[in-house]
Amino acid sequence: MTALTDLTLTAARDGLARRAFSAAELTEAHLAAIEALNPRINAFITVTAERARAQAAAADAALARGEGGPLAGLPIAIKDLFCTEGVRTTAGSRILGPFVPPYESTVTAQLRRDGAVFLGKANLDEFAMGSSNMTSAYGPVANPWRRRQDADAVLVPGGSSGGSAAAVAGRLALGATGTDTGGSIRQPASFCGVAGIKPTYGRCSRWGIVAFASSLDQAGPFARTVQDCALLLRSMAGFDPKDSTSAELAVPDFVAACGRGVRGLRIGVPREYRSDGMAGEIERLWQQGLDWLREAGAEIVDVSLPHTKYGLATYYIVAPAEASSNLARYDGVRFGLREDGADLTELYERTRGAGFGAEVRRRVLIGTYVLSAGYYDAYYLRAQKVRALILRDFTEAFREVDALLTPTTPTAAFAQGEKMDDPITMYLNDVFTVPANMAGVPGLSVPAGLDAQGLPLGLQVIGRPFDEETVFAVGSVLERAAGFDALPAVRAGVPG
Amino acid sequence: MSYSLQGASGPWEVVIGLEVHAQVISRAKLFSGAATAFGAAPNTQVSFVDAAFPGMLPVINRECVAQAVRTGLGLNAHINLVSRFDRKNYFYADLPAGYQISQYQHPIVGAGTIEIELPDGSTKDIGVTRLHLEQDAGKSLHDQHPTKSYIDLNRAGVALMEIVSEPDLRSPEEAGAYLRKLRTILRYLGTCDGNMEEGSMRADVNVSVRKHDEAFRTRCEVKNVNSIRFVMQAIEAEARRQIDVWEGGGTVEQETRLFDAARGLTRSMRSKEDAHDYRYFPDPDLLPLVLDEDWVASLRAGLPELPDAKRARFMQAYGLPAYDSGVLVAEQATADYYETVARGRDPKLAANWVMGDLFAALNRTGRGIEDSPVSAAVLGQLLDRMADATINGRIAKEVFEAMVESGRDADAIIAERGLRQVTDTGAIDAAVAQVLAANADKVADYKGGKDKLFGFFVGQVMKAMAGKGNPALVNEALRRHLA
Amino acid sequence: MSLDPATVRRIARLARIHVEEGEVARLQQELNGILGWIEQLNEIDVTDVEPLTGAAHMALRMREDAVTDGGIRDALLANAPERAGDFFAVPKVVE
Repeated sequence: MTALTDLTLTAARDGLARRAFSAAELTEAHLAAIEALNPRINAFITVTAERARAQAAAADAALARGEGGPLAGLPIAIKDLFCTEGVRTTAGSRILGPFVPPYESTVTAQLRRDGAVFLGKANLDEFAMGSSNMTSAYGPVANPWRRRQDADAVLVPGGSSGGSAAAVAGRLALGATGTDTGGSIRQPASFCGVAGIKPTYGRCSRWGIVAFASSLDQAGPFARTVQDCALLLRSMAGFDPKDSTSAELAVPDFVAACGRGVRGLRIGVPREYRSDGMAGEIERLWQQGLDWLREAGAEIVDVSLPHTKYGLATYYIVAPAEASSNLARYDGVRFGLREDGADLTELYERTRGAGFGAEVRRRVLIGTYVLSAGYYDAYYLRAQKVRALILRDFTEAFREVDALLTPTTPTAAFAQGEKMDDPITMYLNDVFTVPANMAGVPGLSVPAGLDAQGLPLGLQVIGRPFDEETVFAVGSVLERAAGFDALPAVRAGVPG
Repeated sequence: MSYSLQGASGPWEVVIGLEVHAQVISRAKLFSGAATAFGAAPNTQVSFVDAAFPGMLPVINRECVAQAVRTGLGLNAHINLVSRFDRKNYFYADLPAGYQISQYQHPIVGAGTIEIELPDGSTKDIGVTRLHLEQDAGKSLHDQHPTKSYIDLNRAGVALMEIVSEPDLRSPEEAGAYLRKLRTILRYLGTCDGNMEEGSMRADVNVSVRKHDEAFRTRCEVKNVNSIRFVMQAIEAEARRQIDVWEGGGTVEQETRLFDAARGLTRSMRSKEDAHDYRYFPDPDLLPLVLDEDWVASLRAGLPELPDAKRARFMQAYGLPAYDSGVLVAEQATADYYETVARGRDPKLAANWVMGDLFAALNRTGRGIEDSPVSAAVLGQLLDRMADATINGRIAKEVFEAMVESGRDADAIIAERGLRQVTDTGAIDAAVAQVLAANADKVADYKGGKDKLFGFFVGQVMKAMAGKGNPALVNEALRRHLA
Repeated sequence: MSLDPATVRRIARLARIHVEEGEVARLQQELNGILGWIEQLNEIDVTDVEPLTGAAHMALRMREDAVTDGGIRDALLANAPERAGDFFAVPKVVE
């Protein structure tokens, strides 16, 4: 009998429907896992045990009446970037202080509407800025995976949604929400051996999500299988009139799309994603992925995305610029931390100086600079033009193919403390993920294999705007072919 | 004679541009659903969006966009079917987000014109550079506590139209005329109530001076002047200050200043160090604003007759001079009142009564035309009673005053006070004979050539008849008796 | 484009973030590193390219002019670091 914490979301849903166990038991098992392992993993900033129990009880009652929603009783973690009503929300930062939102984000409200149980708020890089979850004011998150050699080294889960990915990998939650601005769902999904998707920009509402870079931020799910992600995304997605960038499109049946197969699909291989120094393991896994798709009836086509290499530089102009403006509201006046000052200016400076960590400060200053008088044309305007070229690359490629396959990350998870000397080294983690954000297209990471150290590696499927269905279809084929069944060293049910 | 200020070195010309911030009439704010009504208890008309809480997002109010388009049409300006919102970034206590959503590079309305009327009757076209939509800020109260300022966000997020004029104004009078005309247009359109005391219309005044035919010199901005009178005073005060600087051998520095009404001077608001770098960039929470041509056409079709057109029509249809027409159309309510009175009656007589007696009575009783004690219909009836000779002009004035006091109509007052005009020639003849007999010496003088005494006789006859004599018949009778 | 310490301080002031004197040099180095790295965008020919501003999938949607929000003063002030009755309080500002 599978431990409750080892179930997939889909299997747990079926088990609840069959009354094999109750929602209360399912939640209790996860709360116990959190209690046992969170001190080590630090995936959660806030655990909402009593609320979770109440939500589970309500789910049991609804299921008994035959009225359970699509996610009734399923316990998930919520990235602490989503405002949750009545529950402290930190954005991984000191500056929000004891802030308790008086409103619920649209995405989490929809998950609640569909019956999900919230276990707590997952740790993240501060204000979603990071690729390692090392910048959180609430301590770093430990990747549940360990290297075969040097098993003592604590590895990063990736970021910014490191807590969400680690919680799912460590079996502390059946699924989790994340956000992805430059790769913050896909990269940690790859590092933690779980599935994660960034949908098309506009597919999920941004209302109630602490904004980082407004033209790039997008909410999405983590889970241990592609179908589980589809199930969660179906609840998370949908038009929201409170978000002017929300797409007025119906939400397709993503779960059904998972079973479509890839026969007759054309899969593109962007040549610019192959770099000279690319690790052999990554190259081989990528080839393996293409073989799997070919065997399943897809045609593999070489394509070119000429501006790929400029994605990161473009991102590190646009995202900080938008962030510098979005984070101006954290000023100690209406909520959050306040450090006193002799006058208003000093209040602002001391509050923000004390409240923002080093990475956030770096990005806000870069953003302020690139927007400042005399530099707007040279940096921001130029970056938005390059962004248009990146989108054009994808648009032209998608005339030839239905989806693209690339590695998700250039390496597997690295150790805490590595890559911290030079900010740019950390930024390079997102080289394969960032272009999809710049173009607004959907991207899914599927755990596909292990590296020589036994650490997970993901493959990324990129699709046309609003064609998550094809992305799920391709991802499901990869998942089945890969048969990824490795388990992290640190997980629920394994004594630590 | 163009306006100039005398300096030690000769006359200086004053160059003025006005940036008017006009609060849009709408139920809800520009980007949130909170209410806009004036005078509410602090922080009760604020949404989390207005207060820039984490994760909040703007959604634009269609009526605010419509009001901006209507205003642009009323200014004969070009409507930009595609425009964009930009963030203007700066830190201030009444600006919760640390940025204001405004329009920088692509405003909703482009170039237009306002025709102003000057006291000498001439008109002048003043260019409008652009109009754009932006959020108003909240209010800081600095006088509630010795060491703290209090922030009320009720006004934060209310829609403003910023209307920028070309630097075409050349005197305080022209500036006053521009503001009055702009205010009239906005009130006609119903897009802003133009109430400067309440702050729903505010003016930033850009002033520079130069010698005749010179290129423009440096200008300074005098911010947030909240009455037309103060705008005119501020212009003169600032122009004089700048002249003194130039004539003293100095250079006017570009800066932002405030008008101190008590002292009649402008003073510097911020030092150069704090000059703002606003870091404008397109607001990524919003998409381009794209207007449908048909929608704009429908807004145009729904516009009321505007002041200039109405004035022209009054001159044409009622034969009124430009000045009188201008006065009557300054407020739409006044124009409507006048037209009700003038319909089917002598338009010039109607104009005299409205602009003379009615305005005087409204001034005296502190009323506006909307709550006039004498309605247009009632005033019209009074004119009818003169036209049908029930009463004469002088009695009409007495009746009018009684109407103002009592709120009753002409017929009621005439009947009550027995003010019907006397047209009985017998009674008139008798009164004439009586007056001439009592003033035999003056009759002799009159017949000896002192024609002006005729008026004296008229007055005496009227007095004898308690003012009720029909003037024409009185005149005729007197001529007969004096022949 | 290389930043000098004065520029670093000016940007920090614009962004209202206090930077200790001792941190300026390190920050200057990090920021210059990042700015140098993003200079690579100058290689690209962007002639006649329209800038992309977010996902270009539609035009701005407008909402009805109705009062649907506000009247939430207590919730609004509940998280305030300093509340003075019905107001947010800050150190007095002199204009």
